[in-house]
Amino acid sequence: MPDTNSSMKNLPVTDIHSNQSFLRWRLLKDSLARYGVIAGGMGVIFAVVMIFFYLLYVVLPLFLPATAELVSQYDVPEKALGKTVLLDMEEQNEVAARFTDTGKAVFFLADTGKVVSIQAVAIPEGVVVTSFSQGSPINEGAVVYGLSDGRAVIVKHTYKTTYPNNKRLITPALEYPLGEQPLVLDDSGAALEKIAVQVGDNATTVIAKTAGTSQSAGRIHLTGFEKEQSLFADEATLQRTDAVINVPVEGVADILIDKEGRNLYLVSSNGRLAYYDISDKGAPALKQAQSVVEAGQKITSVCFLTGDISLLIGDSSGLVTQWSMVRDDKNRMAMEKIRAFKVSDKAVVDIKAEQRRKGFVTVDTAGHFGVYHSTAEKELIKEKGVGPLSTFTISPRANALLMQTDGTLGFWRVNNPHPEVSFKSLWGKVWYESYPKPDYIWQSSAANNDFEPKYSLIPLVFGTLKAAFYAMLVAMPLALMGAIYTAYFMTPVMRQYVKPTIEIMGALPTVILGFLAGLWLAPFMEEHLAGIFSFVALMPFIVMLFAYAWHNLPKEFLEKIPEGWDSAVLIPVILLGSWFAFAVSVPLESWIFHGSIRDWFKNELGIGYDQRNAMVVGVAMGFAVIPTIFSIAEDAIFSVPKHLTVGSLALGATPWQTMSKVVLLTASPGIFSAVMIGFGRAVGETMIVLMATGNTPVMDISIFQGMRTLAANIAVEMPESEVDSTHYRVLFLAALVLFSFTFVFNTLAEVIRQRLREKYSSL
Amino acid sequence: MIKLWIKSGSPWVWLNAAAVSTCLIMVIAVLGLIAVRGAAHFWPAKVAQFSYQEEGGLVQTLIGEHVDTSITSAAMAKSTGHKMADNEDTLVQYLIKTGNRDVTGADFRWILERDVKNMDFPANLIVIERREWGNFYGQLLAVKENGKIIANGEKAVSVVHKKIAAALAIFGQIQHLEKKEIGSINYSLERLRLKEKKLKLKDLWNAEAEREVAAEKAGYEQQYNQYQTQLSELYQKVRQDSLIAKTDVGKEVEISLAKIVRLYQPNSMNLFDKIGFYGAKIVEFLTDDPREANTEGGIFPAIFGTVMMVIMMSIIVTPFGVIAAVYMREYAKQGFLTRLIRISVNNLAGVPSIVYGVFGLGFFVYILGGNIDQLFFPEAAPAPVYGTPGLLWASITLALLTLPVVIVSTEEGLSRIPSSIREGSLALGATKLETLWLTVLPMASPAMMTGLILAVARAAGEVAPLMLVGVVKLAPTLPLDGNFPFLHLDRKFMHLGFHIYDVGFQSPNVEAARPLVYATALLLVVVIIGLNLAAIVIRNRLREKYRALEG
Repeated sequence: MPDTNSSMKNLPVTDIHSNQSFLRWRLLKDSLARYGVIAGGMGVIFAVVMIFFYLLYVVLPLFLPATAELVSQYDVPEKALGKTVLLDMEEQNEVAARFTDTGKAVFFLADTGKVVSIQAVAIPEGVVVTSFSQGSPINEGAVVYGLSDGRAVIVKHTYKTTYPNNKRLITPALEYPLGEQPLVLDDSGAALEKIAVQVGDNATTVIAKTAGTSQSAGRIHLTGFEKEQSLFADEATLQRTDAVINVPVEGVADILIDKEGRNLYLVSSNGRLAYYDISDKGAPALKQAQSVVEAGQKITSVCFLTGDISLLIGDSSGLVTQWSMVRDDKNRMAMEKIRAFKVSDKAVVDIKAEQRRKGFVTVDTAGHFGVYHSTAEKELIKEKGVGPLSTFTISPRANALLMQTDGTLGFWRVNNPHPEVSFKSLWGKVWYESYPKPDYIWQSSAANNDFEPKYSLIPLVFGTLKAAFYAMLVAMPLALMGAIYTAYFMTPVMRQYVKPTIEIMGALPTVILGFLAGLWLAPFMEEHLAGIFSFVALMPFIVMLFAYAWHNLPKEFLEKIPEGWDSAVLIPVILLGSWFAFAVSVPLESWIFHGSIRDWFKNELGIGYDQRNAMVVGVAMGFAVIPTIFSIAEDAIFSVPKHLTVGSLALGATPWQTMSKVVLLTASPGIFSAVMIGFGRAVGETMIVLMATGNTPVMDISIFQGMRTLAANIAVEMPESEVDSTHYRVLFLAALVLFSFTFVFNTLAEVIRQRLREKYSSL
Repeated sequence: MIKLWIKSGSPWVWLNAAAVSTCLIMVIAVLGLIAVRGAAHFWPAKVAQFSYQEEGGLVQTLIGEHVDTSITSAAMAKSTGHKMADNEDTLVQYLIKTGNRDVTGADFRWILERDVKNMDFPANLIVIERREWGNFYGQLLAVKENGKIIANGEKAVSVVHKKIAAALAIFGQIQHLEKKEIGSINYSLERLRLKEKKLKLKDLWNAEAEREVAAEKAGYEQQYNQYQTQLSELYQKVRQDSLIAKTDVGKEVEISLAKIVRLYQPNSMNLFDKIGFYGAKIVEFLTDDPREANTEGGIFPAIFGTVMMVIMMSIIVTPFGVIAAVYMREYAKQGFLTRLIRISVNNLAGVPSIVYGVFGLGFFVYILGGNIDQLFFPEAAPAPVYGTPGLLWASITLALLTLPVVIVSTEEGLSRIPSSIREGSLALGATKLETLWLTVLPMASPAMMTGLILAVARAAGEVAPLMLVGVVKLAPTLPLDGNFPFLHLDRKFMHLGFHIYDVGFQSPNVEAARPLVYATALLLVVVIIGLNLAAIVIRNRLREKYRALEG
């Protein structure tokens, strides 16, 4: 009744209601209601649009570019105390530290340069600092000073946060994990030219290179300290192990130890990288040595990516390569180049890695710096900087940079919340650390902090489509054939009961289907696998055989049976038939497959069997999808105009010919839209997959293996993901993918259905 | 002949018919499976005593319920490592629920049929349902009071029944005190703390307010101490009695009566006893709180939570759904816009439910809830009030999810109302609103009812979005209780569907919990099918009525 409202307006003012104001009130109410209802109707569109845009709003920050801006610039604090050997910042970006080559630690406010305190490292009188290095930042900011008399001092800088008067106060302090006494590393007292340290809870490893003197050649010392907690006393004793690494020291430009103190890397400036296993501190073993840069290039900077599994090597041509320990096909571990970044045209003078993500910052000779993420293979920021840098640091949360040029310090704020995500890391093959080759992996979290998150959506999309495919494999034949029979051949009396029954099947909560699939069907199928196969293979023949026998029954008998009750007749036949199929499967199984069909698949074809697999999901989700497809397809077939079928029959076609040549063709758009809506439902179904699969994100097309779908993944991981983290947004992206997917399918299906309805009404 | 038959297409028709039959069999099988397993859970099973001898082992006694039988073919059994004699075709195994988890460490045990030497059902075997450690199976030896044996042998049974009844009564009092009274005091104290914080935030905290709060607090604390003394007395009383029972391996166990829910002798029960027992178990199931990490006891909080959520949802979804349907049928011109709306409705219906959960969590909980907290509950920070999943957000999310159900159903109802009725009303001078309100909508009300019922059925069974927006496995308090403001929309709640998922898949003892899951599933299925049938009946009646009107 769309047009009645216009007639309303023209209503003459009748004399029944002489009261003008009452009439006005009525009309006012009417128009108010009108706007209210219109708003309500629009609300539906608004709801869909809002869901879409809200999901987009959460996802969008993933793809926004990162930025860096120079906040302040000031003179290097206490410049007189010596050259900077290390800059560092604490967690809150409030206090920064400058370690100098005279053994002083200057703590100052990171944004203004105001000095907070100056502390001296316990360096004995009369010796000078000859080398310096920083341990892994994960091990609480330990640094080591190598001295000119062959000794070294290990010191930690720590920050204590207190809240006097409800204001944050950060107090820096120096600590000596191995005592204030310098450690003697070289007995001959040669100056320590290069040094590296790794301080752990129980073990400390120091590697030092001494300069060659006229009396002795330079050497590389390996010293391990192990804390041994005695059983009764609280005191711990330090167990010291010493070794010398036999290698010509001349070329060694850099020494790196991983955070566990197990692997040692010696880098020579001519481009060679040597890797030692130092798990046994007394016996370091050379494992591999190879050239890691192009011929003619030099290594200009080296750094561990956080986690200390990969090395980033910057060379004089401006290329940064990532090298990681990879297991080769002979099951040996070897360093291999897993990716490269062209950072600049000039030499890369410095690389520093972020502490908590697989990101890093590079600086070239001109002072241009870039922020990168290794997994995403993405350049996030490229900035000119303010001139050649002498040193710089990344804050622990990687949201600030402190950069020292000649005499000034620059404090940069970095806004780079989601470097892990790029188009490639979501949809492409990525070579993750410790993996033998590039692969699609979904693994969003792990127990350790320096874990490399793997956000490839491919395994999840694959799992989603696989589950939906097997579900459709079960549902489509049953639902469409069922719809054809119910709409066209079945007697109305029976149809009246069959349709609601199957619709009720659709009302069954999926959690119940999932529970039955996981706890009842999965073990059942595992035990009766052969029976299932024989059921699928034999049932059509049994039905055909029965139909032929029925056809040959005496005519007098058949005439007494009303038409269209075939389904009811078939119920006992199918029950008996399935009993027969299962009974016959036991001897068949031992005859053909020598006992167990599962073992046969495993041994003969190499196909493993997972109890909760695609077959279980296919049946359970097929069960859930059947009513959707059935109901829509049945409607489409049933509403095919009668004169078409009657005409066809009148021309002498058999009912089946009429069905397949006339009815199905006419109703095919409707059937197509039924299938699409069913597919959309299978793609988004959560509980059944959650309960009936193992939820492992593997990419295996096998019907006997499980999968993890987008929807199940959201259900599993969403409650644990931190709000606004990359993981959270990637899960929203998964939801957006699901939404868009079903949106396309549903819209298409609805448009087709609307067209079909018009066609029928014109026929 | 056969060629002709195939050519006629008749075999294909039969195959199509077989598809329908298969679907019907599947539906009935699933419903039957749930019904049988769910309903059988409460029937007292006989407890068997086996004398069991493993190959080369000693004869041992096993007491337990026979739960399941598995028959494996000889070849399959061999491949899983069982020794099979040549003349054996199959390997028969029994799953026995032996209980006594505190003694043996496991509730269930598989035994081989061929090793069972003898099986009988002695009448004196007892089953004890306990609050901890699951069921106990064995023989009653004696009853103790304050550490002294007061009855043993035959007499012990009747004595222990009386004692248990008394202990249960005390236990009821304890529960009432702990949950109701002390819970209420704790709630009031928390409100008082928030009030204090709020006043401080508003700078209204002065000596007078301080005195008031302190006085109130003192009152509550005094009450609390009073309840505490009552409680400790009751605990002392309930702990003094215990019983001594013997397990199948001959170990004597002392069980405090405070830990016992029920003691019965299934083998000596007659049919009427069993029916009574069955009824009592069903009542317990429907009205009690869960025990032992949800694997035993009742599911009352889950039923309550589901009902509350569904009611809230209905209140939200009905007006919106009806208005949208009215717009599409009565106001909008049929054209591009209505098409767009129809597409939107279909999309709302087709969007995966988990996406609603994600949307609800992000938009309702974090954005709406977070802002409500900032505006209205600054005193509760950093603890969220509405900024965390809860009943309100779950209801709104499900309202959005079920909106298309209501729209489609209402629209259908509206479309069946003959236009003559509207025209008549308009011709008599009524405005469009009056026509709608006084004639069309009342006539369409059964259709709205149908839509609402279907929406309720859908919401009751939906789990995936609820997992994100407010359902928990165990809610300490119900969303409706005697503490002001009585209806706590911010609370998390339990839900039947989630209960099935949680107990069936996340519980540490899935095997023991399985019957309970079947029972819960049965309840849910009965409710949902009941609702759906009601909707179908209403719809059919409505169609008849309009057909009469049109004719």
